[in-house]
Amino acid sequence: MRRVILLLITCHLALTAFSQDMTALVLKVKAKLDMVNDYEAEGRMKTDVAFIKAPIGKVRVFYKKPNKFRLKKDGGISLLPKGGVSVNMNSIFATTDFVALAAGEAVISGTKTRVVKLLPVNENSDIVLTTMYIEESNLLVRKMVTTTRENGTYEMELTYGQFAQYGLPDKVVFGFNTKDYKLPKGITLEFDDNEKQLTDAEKLKNKKGRVEITYTNYQINKGISDSVFK
Amino acid sequence: MWTLIQIELFKIFRRPRTYIAFAAITGLIGIIQFGLKLDGDAYVDFMMRDITSSITVEGKILNGYQVCYVVLQVLLVHVPLLIALVAADMISGEANMGTLRFMLTRPISRTKFLLAKFMATVAYTLLLLVWLAVLALFVNMILFGTDDLFLLKSQYVVLLKKDDIFWRYVWAFGFAALAMTTVASLGFLFSLFAENSIGPIVATMSVIIFFTILSTLNIPVFNKIKPFLFTTHMIGWKEFFDIKVNDANEAIIGSIQNPQKIINSALVLVLHIAGFVTASVIVFRKKDILS
Repeated sequence: MRRVILLLITCHLALTAFSQDMTALVLKVKAKLDMVNDYEAEGRMKTDVAFIKAPIGKVRVFYKKPNKFRLKKDGGISLLPKGGVSVNMNSIFATTDFVALAAGEAVISGTKTRVVKLLPVNENSDIVLTTMYIEESNLLVRKMVTTTRENGTYEMELTYGQFAQYGLPDKVVFGFNTKDYKLPKGITLEFDDNEKQLTDAEKLKNKKGRVEITYTNYQINKGISDSVFK
Repeated sequence: MWTLIQIELFKIFRRPRTYIAFAAITGLIGIIQFGLKLDGDAYVDFMMRDITSSITVEGKILNGYQVCYVVLQVLLVHVPLLIALVAADMISGEANMGTLRFMLTRPISRTKFLLAKFMATVAYTLLLLVWLAVLALFVNMILFGTDDLFLLKSQYVVLLKKDDIFWRYVWAFGFAALAMTTVASLGFLFSLFAENSIGPIVATMSVIIFFTILSTLNIPVFNKIKPFLFTTHMIGWKEFFDIKVNDANEAIIGSIQNPQKIINSALVLVLHIAGFVTASVIVFRKKDILS
């Protein structure tokens, strides 16, 4: 009986210690990101959606603590996943009200990462679940899968370069779900008959979209006015 | 020859009927501009409702280039009817007035006389297109400003950068001029067969409406004849607003998706013009002028 109780206590301590490690890891990453009060960066944005033909556009990205984020295209029309690009790493770390659970390990782009599931404590949060793939040695988030209440699930893959010390990526690939696009020919006034019949693989591809933003020229902690985010 | 053309142009622009087309185009474009200026956002929301379920589109969608595209889509189907008003009156009008016989007593060949009339008809058509371009493109650029062009096709959307649009419109209007000249040459041909303008005008309009319906109906039995109808190729100007993408799905600025299709359509239209004009010359040289 004594041995059973001892075993149970040991298991409980092990589990508690294990979950505390994940929170500690997440807080370490947050502390690294917290070094950045604001940043402004130039970037090139590529929209890769099967039913959209769009050229690469120049963008400017602004961030200010705790969760102000704005992406502006340098003139022209921009196509962004609905509600998604504002889901950025810094805004997810803006709150400390979360539960971090370990979910094993994974290799992302050749880098070994710890998989952490973040559950917000706030029931009214738009974010329902975030899965982070954290490179423990450098405290960098390599990948993030976020499920939101209003706008579905998004994936972010982050690649780092010279700004890794601040946790700021050189490239972010944003993956999201899209709905099928089709308009009646009577509306678009197209009367030719060369409608392409899509294969199953193409139909599946139509349901996924990607936005790639390659950042250059970060200006960190230089101060940004709130009017930029209006 | 130039003197003959000048005389024919004078006769065209002396008639009030000539200005109906200019007034109609001015009124139509004015109404569209008024409507879009007042309620353009609702129109844009309606057009974008399918795509905004998964994509947020930010920027000035309703700009001068967009409005011009809307205007051209609507008008270039109906402008041929306005061109028929003048083109189908060129010979039959003279016959009706009794001046045709008198004109042919002059020491100029029938072929030269006919070609001068046809060149004047083409000049009128081009002037109408220039007027359309001024109102649809330049006035809209002033009224609505300029920005990227966001086009909704039936299976995909195209986003053209601001700097990559104007040259496309120049070529599109050039192609439209070719298309309208085809209509003018048809009306001109019909004009030879009557001594009253109503018949050729109605006949030209009827052919255009009939062929346009055949071109737009998606019935398999009609698909075999569609490539030979000039109305099928008249909307070829839209191909200037489609862009190629590379293997990484990046739009290639300055490219056209299917340039061969534009060339083929232009050739078909040129062949129609040549055919109608040649037939006109043959008919007119043998025609007995009895009016």
